[in-house]
Amino acid sequence: MNATELANKLREKFGDIISPPSEFRGEVSVKVAEAERIVEVCLFAKDELGFDYLVDVSSLDNYGEDPRWTVVYHLYGIASKQYIRLTVTVTEERSELPTVITVWRTADWHEREIYDMMGIRFRGHPDLRRILMWEGYPYFPLRKDFPLAGKSSNLPEVAFSKPAPMEGGPFVTVSGGNDSIAREPRVRIPGTDSVEFNNRVEARSDNKETRGQAFGPGPIEPKK
Amino acid sequence: MPDVQEIQIRDSAAQAAAVAKSLPQPMVEDLQDMQGEKMVLNMGPSHPSTHGVLRIVLELDGEIITKAVPDVGYLHRGDEKIAENMTYTQFIPYTDRLDYLAPLANNVAYALAVEKLLGIHDKLPPRCQYIRVICCELARISSHLLGVGCFAMDVGAMTVFLLTFTEREKIYNLAEALSGARFTTSYTRIGGVSRDTPPGWCEAVRKFINEVVVNINETETLLTRNKIWVDRTRDVGVISKADAIDFGLSGPNLRGCGVNYDLRKDQPYLCYKDLEFDVVLGEVGDCYDRYLVRMEEMRQSVRIIHQCLDKIPGGFDNASKEPVNVADGKIVLPPKNKVMSSMEELIHQFMLVTQGVNCPPGEVYFGHENPKGELGFYIHSRGGGTPYRLKIRSPSFVNLSILSHLLPGHMMSDTVSILGSFDFVMGECDR
Repeated sequence: MNATELANKLREKFGDIISPPSEFRGEVSVKVAEAERIVEVCLFAKDELGFDYLVDVSSLDNYGEDPRWTVVYHLYGIASKQYIRLTVTVTEERSELPTVITVWRTADWHEREIYDMMGIRFRGHPDLRRILMWEGYPYFPLRKDFPLAGKSSNLPEVAFSKPAPMEGGPFVTVSGGNDSIAREPRVRIPGTDSVEFNNRVEARSDNKETRGQAFGPGPIEPKK
Repeated sequence: MPDVQEIQIRDSAAQAAAVAKSLPQPMVEDLQDMQGEKMVLNMGPSHPSTHGVLRIVLELDGEIITKAVPDVGYLHRGDEKIAENMTYTQFIPYTDRLDYLAPLANNVAYALAVEKLLGIHDKLPPRCQYIRVICCELARISSHLLGVGCFAMDVGAMTVFLLTFTEREKIYNLAEALSGARFTTSYTRIGGVSRDTPPGWCEAVRKFINEVVVNINETETLLTRNKIWVDRTRDVGVISKADAIDFGLSGPNLRGCGVNYDLRKDQPYLCYKDLEFDVVLGEVGDCYDRYLVRMEEMRQSVRIIHQCLDKIPGGFDNASKEPVNVADGKIVLPPKNKVMSSMEELIHQFMLVTQGVNCPPGEVYFGHENPKGELGFYIHSRGGGTPYRLKIRSPSFVNLSILSHLLPGHMMSDTVSILGSFDFVMGECDR
């Protein structure tokens, strides 16, 4: 059975919350309309359709669009040798969806990483802590409104706080300063490049003050 | 699934407490000394057996681990963020720094992912495909040699390390001849490779793979029936098939548990479907099996390279001038002399360098069978020369997530064996 047929089975079972499967470069993706039912869908895909291997969970920040977040699940069936991609969208106000850790335990670290990088929370995750950044770091760095050059943090002695060697030179990024791409603007493709993004961020009136700061869950308090 | 695992083994503190409870009061005070307490041991981030900067917070009862909390992220450089801010070609050097023990394989994985997005991954010239397969398999041998060598050194067999590193040196020489760099090769380009093989390179590869087999056999005589080695690794760190799939292990760690999952066979890319090789599987899923799988995979890699060298289109010196890049001026840089003399090539060169390859909108995932496991790139493109989002699915990151489940119940000294047998790289784990 190929991936499109498997996707249609998913559609038979769950009806309209599953979109018709779309194919691009031989990969089948379906959109799941209700983020709250993702566990049910995943459980069915695993138990009935043989997608026993969760390859990856990743996330997208559709900055400036609503809903803002997309969470992407890549499923693989070791016996059927088929991939399928499930995507769900989550609004910025909510920034939360249920964890699939009960279906595949490998989701544990993937979900922690998404929380760490994007700030999307997974309800029911037993240990939702930062994983790559340090405990107490206030921002979510993969969000599109977080500048590439970084933001200076008020944690003396934690991060490197002395001037970097060659600071001020063309290849040294200063946190809070311009992105390398803005200092040397060569890539200018509308809709994709960061110059355009920075402009869009500047234009957004509601967050001039809080640019790059956390939306949704808010800053994380260090663990006691 | 919490990081914290309660295990069934009754610790000495609980046993002592149970004994104390049944005794009359005056004796309890004498017994206070018997009640041990758990010790928290910080292993890493700078520890010889953590191969980089992995930190594990171990809770010990005597010598038995009761709880293990891995802590990663010490080498986080924000590669995914960086990728969103540069062209597809500019990101190639960053892939060298993922699994820095197999940069050639990472280059191929990334190039194939972008080519899949462009829709040219099955239209690559045959010579390019063969060169890339040779690169991948050389990287696999190099990575496994290091993996086995360091594993052996961690559990006390120093000689093996010296033996395997002698061979790795030769692979570095080959990489240098091929790409100009020993370590950070950046050899592939979108739509091909940076240059054809230099004269005499294929002969040198043939010579090397004949030598490495001797070395692998010698390593086997030092380890496979070595009493100390077998005692330290057999039945240590056993992972069941179901657990391995559930935790998303990949590569030799998954195949060591007996799960037949090899992307070179299951999702054939490049010219792997024309080549004969066996997928190596373990039975028990312990450290010893993972070691055996790596040893045999190196032999299979040698077998693949032999076939590639026999079949490579154009022969060793490419006498028939087979192309190594796709013939599309909008994807691959034109030759320098054409840029200087022809208008169209000049425009292509300018557009490619300033704006990058113009990719269509869409999303692709490409999983590559890297030495450490499945290295996947998920690219979400909204058109243009830069990815909107590039997610790296790194095998080491996923493989390490099983530690908090696997370590409890083992002896402290087994940690070293288990970590060695996992063969992870923190550059890739933390990205």
